[in-house]
Amino acid sequence: MLTDVTSADEGVAGPEASRTRLPGAEGLWVFLGADAVVFALLFGLFSQARRADPVVFEASRRTLDVDLGGVNTLVLLTSSWLVALGMRALARDEQARVPRLVLGGLLVGGLFVVSKAVEYGSAIGAGFTPVTNPFFMWYFVLTGVHLLHVLAGLAALTYVWRGARVRRWSGTRRVVPECAASFWHLVDLLWIMIFPLLYLLR
Amino acid sequence: MLRERVTLVWVGLVAATCLTTWGLGKDALDPAVAVVGVLLLAGVKVVFVMLDFMELRDAPRGPRRAFLLWPVVVVAVALGFWFAT
Repeated sequence: MLTDVTSADEGVAGPEASRTRLPGAEGLWVFLGADAVVFALLFGLFSQARRADPVVFEASRRTLDVDLGGVNTLVLLTSSWLVALGMRALARDEQARVPRLVLGGLLVGGLFVVSKAVEYGSAIGAGFTPVTNPFFMWYFVLTGVHLLHVLAGLAALTYVWRGARVRRWSGTRRVVPECAASFWHLVDLLWIMIFPLLYLLR
Repeated sequence: MLRERVTLVWVGLVAATCLTTWGLGKDALDPAVAVVGVLLLAGVKVVFVMLDFMELRDAPRGPRRAFLLWPVVVVAVALGFWFAT
């Protein structure tokens, strides 16, 4: 598969090879897959805990701000979209557009961190902590581990943005930006599942 | 930028999120209908993020199928536990 990446990057492969291109590096996808499996297990354990105590989970869920959760989803989707546009611009060697699009993704992604800080402050201010009940333990674990992923993704995107400003990346030199972008999209899709599980399931 | 496929996908994902959050997520519908709708839409959104944002649409079949199995399993397990509750 790494051969596919190299071939497509160098533009020497035919259309068939281009159609089977895996962005970034092969090892990254192993990491992304393992990370996704860990989250799937956490989602399963959360669902099991919810089944054991549905009344407490439902009452606790209703204290969360669903509107803010929805806005957070829109924020991550928009950030992910801007980064995806940046990677497509890079693939076409439109290097002048890449820093702007990645910076847009970074700034919009940063809004998620601000929003989460506000949400945590509000929950803790109202007396809800990880030891309040099983729901809030899961709320802080799932959103906390996800927030760590957000921070790591923002750090990786910052590195990509700094490189893009000095045109370190190009259509034939884009493995690192694509790795960062793929991780950022994983952060997005993990939130797409966390949001309904914690905020919307009645 | 506006003519890119990812932009069309982003518009669809935003619309699906609005429908989920401010439609299905409210208390107007029967809980079973709402939960099935919310989780299935979430699964579909994940599929489009994988195919178009992560560019798995153009990936080799093995990794693409392995990743696309993830939303299927996650949604099935969540629905299974919800209906068993």
